[in-house]
Amino acid sequence: MHEMSLAEGVLRIIEAQAREQDFTRVKTVRLELGQLSHAAPEALAFCYDAVVRGTVAEGSRLEIVRTPGQAQCLACDRTVALARRYDPCPHCGGHRLQVIAGEEMRVKELEVQ
Amino acid sequence: MCTTCGCGVGEARVEGHHHHHHDHDHPHDHPHDHGAADRLVRVEQDILAHNDTHAAANRARFAERGIFAVNLVSSPGSGKTTLLARTLADLLARVPCAVIEGDQQTDHDAERIRAAGAPAVQVNTGKGCHLDAHMVGHALDALDPAADSLLFIENVGNLVCPAAFDLGEAHKVVVLSVTEGDDKPLKYPDMFAAADLMVLNKADLLPHVDFDVDRCVDFARRVRPDLPVVQLSATKGDGLDGWYAWLLDGHRRAAGRADAAE
Ligand SMILES: Nc1nc2c(ncn2[C@@H]2O[C@H](COP(=O)(O)OP(=O)(O)OP(=O)(O)O)[C@@H](O)[C@H]2O)c(=O)[nH]1
Ligand SMILES: [Mg+2]
Ligand SMILES: [Zn+2]
Ligand SMILES: [Zn+2]
Repeated sequence: MHEMSLAEGVLRIIEAQAREQDFTRVKTVRLELGQLSHAAPEALAFCYDAVVRGTVAEGSRLEIVRTPGQAQCLACDRTVALARRYDPCPHCGGHRLQVIAGEEMRVKELEVQ
Repeated sequence: MCTTCGCGVGEARVEGHHHHHHDHDHPHDHPHDHGAADRLVRVEQDILAHNDTHAAANRARFAERGIFAVNLVSSPGSGKTTLLARTLADLLARVPCAVIEGDQQTDHDAERIRAAGAPAVQVNTGKGCHLDAHMVGHALDALDPAADSLLFIENVGNLVCPAAFDLGEAHKVVVLSVTEGDDKPLKYPDMFAAADLMVLNKADLLPHVDFDVDRCVDFARRVRPDLPVVQLSATKGDGLDGWYAWLLDGHRRAAGRADAAE
């Protein structure tokens, strides 16, 4: 379950921000998780709650925004929406697709006190 | 000593490396000032930023020393260690090689590699389901691979988690054995999408299993267009030439780049 490592990554970012920005409590954490990224949102939320226990982020709300997958079709040279990695190009039916968006896993912002 | 970070490797244990156990040094009783106003802090940081910093440091180390590093990923038991032991027996006379072995427990695989004549360091990840770049950095300190060598990193057997973690390698190589089923590339697409080579192992068993090689390759190329494929048997030796050609080609390029940079 690599979501545990990812949750630790989120906490690491929060703790660094707490030192730099001088806050002692986090209320909300906004994450962007691409549809094609390596994390399952439910698993990440579960691990997050476990990982932040006893930290500045204990009890904070995790808001996950899913960003859509996008690919460049190498065959018909169009930008297309891609919900799953193995989906074909909706125009030509081919699979020569280069993912250009939807892999991101980012901490966007924090609501703090 | 940790050169890149100065922090702990969590519960991972790197053979020959005595690491302090790191815990978060946060206060456990935080004063809640309910009078303070809420504010918004813009962050915009990649969750994997920490791993990627270590990966970049590893990659710089490889580039400087002309080391060609490959990260072998697969489900448990696909034959990674068997393939490595055979590869070392065949290539060690021509190229210096070294191995980082990742498993949750035991140093069995590092022992098998040493028996094959190559230096190896075992990393035990404990409950961890993948190697990360920080652990690999420590393993590199302990292993100190020779200049212009081939470095094999055998990841923890797991077809999901290691896909997310860049270790600084030149390529991920996904090993799939024919006893696992030909639809694995669609069931675990992230791993195949992250790979630059697919090794189809245990080809000697093809007559005994229902595994359609063309279908498997087609599925793999749906998630990773043009993925090169080498079909082989690590135990019988068929098809190893293609694997060695791929390795030696990458090795030559890595060593050449390091020479040009000098
Ligand atoms: N028939 C056949 N068996 C093989 C081949 N390669 C490996 N095996 C067998 O597969 C089993 C697992 O091999 P390992 O090399 O330990 O696999 P691994 O991927 O390193 O396993 P983990 O490190 O536990 O993930 C052993 O019994 C090997 O003998 C092959 O080409 N053909
Ligand atoms: Mg092994
Ligand atoms: Zn198309
Ligand atoms: Zn360290």
